Amino acid sequence: MSRLKLENISKNFGAIQALSGVSLEVAPGEVLGLMGDNGAGKSTLVKIIAGNFPASSGEIRIDDRSTHFNKPLDAQTAGVEIVYQDLALCNNLTAASNVFLGREAMRRFGPFRMLDYPTMNRRAADLFKQLKSETRARDVVRRMSGGQRQAVAIARTLLSEPKIVLMDEPTAAISVRQVAEVLDLIRRLRDRGISVIIISHRMPDVFGVADRIAVMRRGRLVASKATATSSPEEVTGLITGAIEAA
Amino acid sequence: MTSLDDLIGRTEHNSLFARLTSVPVFWVILAALVACIALTLLTDTFATQRNLFNVLRNFTFVAIIAIGMTVVIASGGIDLSVGSTVVLSAMVLSVLMTGGWSFAFAAIAALTAALAVGAFNGALIAYAGMPPFVVTLGTLSGARSLAMVLSDNKMIWEFGPDHNLLLWLGGGSTLGLPHPTFALALLAIAASLILRWTRWGQYVYAIGGNEQAAILTGIAVKRQKVTIYMFSAFTAGITGILMTGWLGSVTTNLGQSMELAVIAAAVIGGANLAGGEGTPLGAVLGALLIEVIRNSLILLGISTFWQGMFIGTFIIVAVAFDRFRNART
Ligand SMILES: Nc1ncnc2c1ncn2[C@@H]1O[C@H](COP(=O)(O)OP(=O)(O)O)[C@@H](O)[C@H]1O
Ligand SMILES: [Mg+2]
Repeated sequence: MSRLKLENISKNFGAIQALSGVSLEVAPGEVLGLMGDNGAGKSTLVKIIAGNFPASSGEIRIDDRSTHFNKPLDAQTAGVEIVYQDLALCNNLTAASNVFLGREAMRRFGPFRMLDYPTMNRRAADLFKQLKSETRARDVVRRMSGGQRQAVAIARTLLSEPKIVLMDEPTAAISVRQVAEVLDLIRRLRDRGISVIIISHRMPDVFGVADRIAVMRRGRLVASKATATSSPEEVTGLITGAIEAA
Repeated sequence: MTSLDDLIGRTEHNSLFARLTSVPVFWVILAALVACIALTLLTDTFATQRNLFNVLRNFTFVAIIAIGMTVVIASGGIDLSVGSTVVLSAMVLSVLMTGGWSFAFAAIAALTAALAVGAFNGALIAYAGMPPFVVTLGTLSGARSLAMVLSDNKMIWEFGPDHNLLLWLGGGSTLGLPHPTFALALLAIAASLILRWTRWGQYVYAIGGNEQAAILTGIAVKRQKVTIYMFSAFTAGITGILMTGWLGSVTTNLGQSMELAVIAAAVIGGANLAGGEGTPLGAVLGALLIEVIRNSLILLGISTFWQGMFIGTFIIVAVAFDRFRNART
């Protein structure tokens, strides 16, 4: 059974062909490392899976059921969560508010429904604890380090029990220690049976955490193979085009 | 050995003073307080009931709209059309009342006209993606023109059967407080509660902080923006009605360049023109501070020509102060 199955996904932005005929499968609890040069179409692919915009053609199947996402909320409902490359956080809000943005906890107050800050703070703090992050739920994101911001974005995805978590360059802008923590977190997601697609430029991260590696070049998928059967040299060749496909 | 939890717990409790001084409103209150104390000591006219009553009444109108403006600014926008919306609302009210309609009907029509301006602004900004500055500059011109057409550019001072009711509402006072002050208090409390405790309020700040993030999390940003501009137009519409009652007459230059005073009040009160920050309390205090400055210059016998210089200085100092504060952290 496949958790996620992409069939012939293509996407063009006007004249730009960002993706052409990408087919890919991810099993439950599998970590897929998605690699490729800048502009290869990695972000576009995960954004399509996350419902940010529709594919120009092709099909997405989750648990062997065909899906069609019109907006990010549709994807979330289907169990797909994403951490964006630029993290998509509101600097002026607290960590807890960011974690819950768009799906705030509410409580009744007479005839009114009001934001339930205590619950949101408590649950956010709980998530940060699970992530072993020293992020404080009530701190404003503006004053946070890169690693803490990453934790906020990742905590967002854990709010609903997701089936698939997509991460766009989660280790690009954080310290070595935090990279290790993010990779640990990815392993913990996998242990829970969550499938993870991680986009990264960093070879050690991908080889350290991914079960399978997929390589994209100019909008095409040129490889998707078990990490154990590949090597950094081969992947580099695939990324640059020195190796045509594998 | 200290655990992570201890560490987190300890740093969470910043000192009260540090927390207080990090709130922009704190400094506005301090400035207003210092000005009031100085005036009380320097003049024997400031702390009189009559003068305080005047200060209260004069700042109320700017303060009411500054609340609406603060919401717009906090969402990352700007609304230049509020002054013109004031006169449009006032004219719709006056023309209908003069024509024999009841106050209630005329007031609803006036607010509807104001809300229509806000919806128009919001729709062009949210759905057509036009810059707020340009759109509301357009309605600044258009709404006042509409008011002139409606009234044939004549002064109106006769308001039909509910004439006295209107004058009482806008110009009267209860318990020693002018009626518009009650409207202001009600609005300030309601707006504060809404911004703090509802999703709508949370999304105002989210959109102002990072619009793209707000869109990505599935917030209906476009619809929200329309309602934000309708809210600021609503505050202008209310003001149009109250000002008509207070003045007892309306001409088409009512509310002219009021948007500048309103924006100044909002900014002095801590609204960040880059979006994401601003509170109704700050807006009210900003408006109050401007009025206290204006009043003090008059009482101290300083030429009114200097007013603009003082208010301008305050705006720049407020913004510079904010930048300095943010640069440090
Ligand atoms: N919203 C967009 N509008 C137009 N072109 C886009 C858009 N998003 C991505 N592209 C283009 O699609 C291609 C793939 O981009 P992207 O998916 O961001 O690559 P990667 O994440 O692999 O660096 C690039 O040529 C990029 O310029
Ligand atoms: Mg990218």
